[in-house]
Amino acid sequence: MAGTDLVMYENEFQKIDEELQKLHQQANANVVFLVDKNGQLIASAGDTHNIDTTSLASLTAGNIAATGGIARLLGEKEFTILFHEGEKDNIHISLIGQRVILVVIFDQRSSLGLVRLRVKKTSEVLTKLFDEITSKAEKEKLEGKVAESPFAEISDEDIDNLFR
Amino acid sequence: MSFINYSSREINCKIVYYGPGLCGKTTNLQYIYKKTNPEQKGKLISLATESERTLFFDFLPLALGDIRGFRVRFHLYTVPGQVFYAASRKLILKGVDGVVFVADSQIERMEANIESLEDLGINLAEQGYAIEKLPYAIQYNKRDLPSVAPLEEMNKILNTNGVQWFEAVATTGIGVFETLKSVAKQVLLELKKHY
Repeated sequence: MAGTDLVMYENEFQKIDEELQKLHQQANANVVFLVDKNGQLIASAGDTHNIDTTSLASLTAGNIAATGGIARLLGEKEFTILFHEGEKDNIHISLIGQRVILVVIFDQRSSLGLVRLRVKKTSEVLTKLFDEITSKAEKEKLEGKVAESPFAEISDEDIDNLFR
Repeated sequence: MSFINYSSREINCKIVYYGPGLCGKTTNLQYIYKKTNPEQKGKLISLATESERTLFFDFLPLALGDIRGFRVRFHLYTVPGQVFYAASRKLILKGVDGVVFVADSQIERMEANIESLEDLGINLAEQGYAIEKLPYAIQYNKRDLPSVAPLEEMNKILNTNGVQWFEAVATTGIGVFETLKSVAKQVLLELKKHY
């Protein structure tokens, strides 16, 4: 299978979560969330109760993918930042380490300048974190380590049960 | 490319419905949406034109249940089938875990099926996937229409690798869940191989 699956353990997840909480606070944002380039939500911070985060994640990834397609047509490698301005809320989307997408939703209590500044700092930390996750996964694969895998024992019956 | 989160105990997998324009990809998703319990599904998002042709993609998140304490989520996507949306189709295949090829059974659409299948092979190859190695199922849709090609012939032309195939009438739901189940099962068994 091309590419590697993204596997995240408690420890790394907590670090990412902390980083997002920090950004949420420091950027004065409404909501911050992190999405896999394939549209899967990884983590979020802030008030997500009124937001359909799953759909938002998928559409954000689609947005980044489409923009990436445009970039390549123009001979650019990637457009790393997208910004949409609304009447009340604004959305700042940035690509981190070619792998994940950081989304910040904010209103007039913050500003684009502040968000950009804070996002830059968070990006650096997250890039490092994801590098660690990737190298850890590769190392484990090399060592043939299967840490308490939930899949080793999957049976046909388990799968059939999903479709009852 | 699945996303396995040990912290929230979730597995996310991406399944893409591929096929020529008007073959019934969106209809498949609409039927699944209609027949799934509210607590198991998210919103069905359709980025479509005014005439209800898919412009970018349809998206349906499904959480069917748990396996060994892990919540299994499938993200179902369709591609826009029309030939000139080639660039968009490529994007949607990124990170795919399993593919359903929906073929239009009408004799006059056979050429469109072949063209779309070739397009699928090329787009997958560009991303380093080989169709023979990917969880994959074929659905022969619109079996209720009068001018359908015989299954034997369709299999000979569109299913040279002999993968699982299903007869379907997506508008009434015949074969829809059978197809989904087949590819979902293959995706999970693939995970079992890797982890």
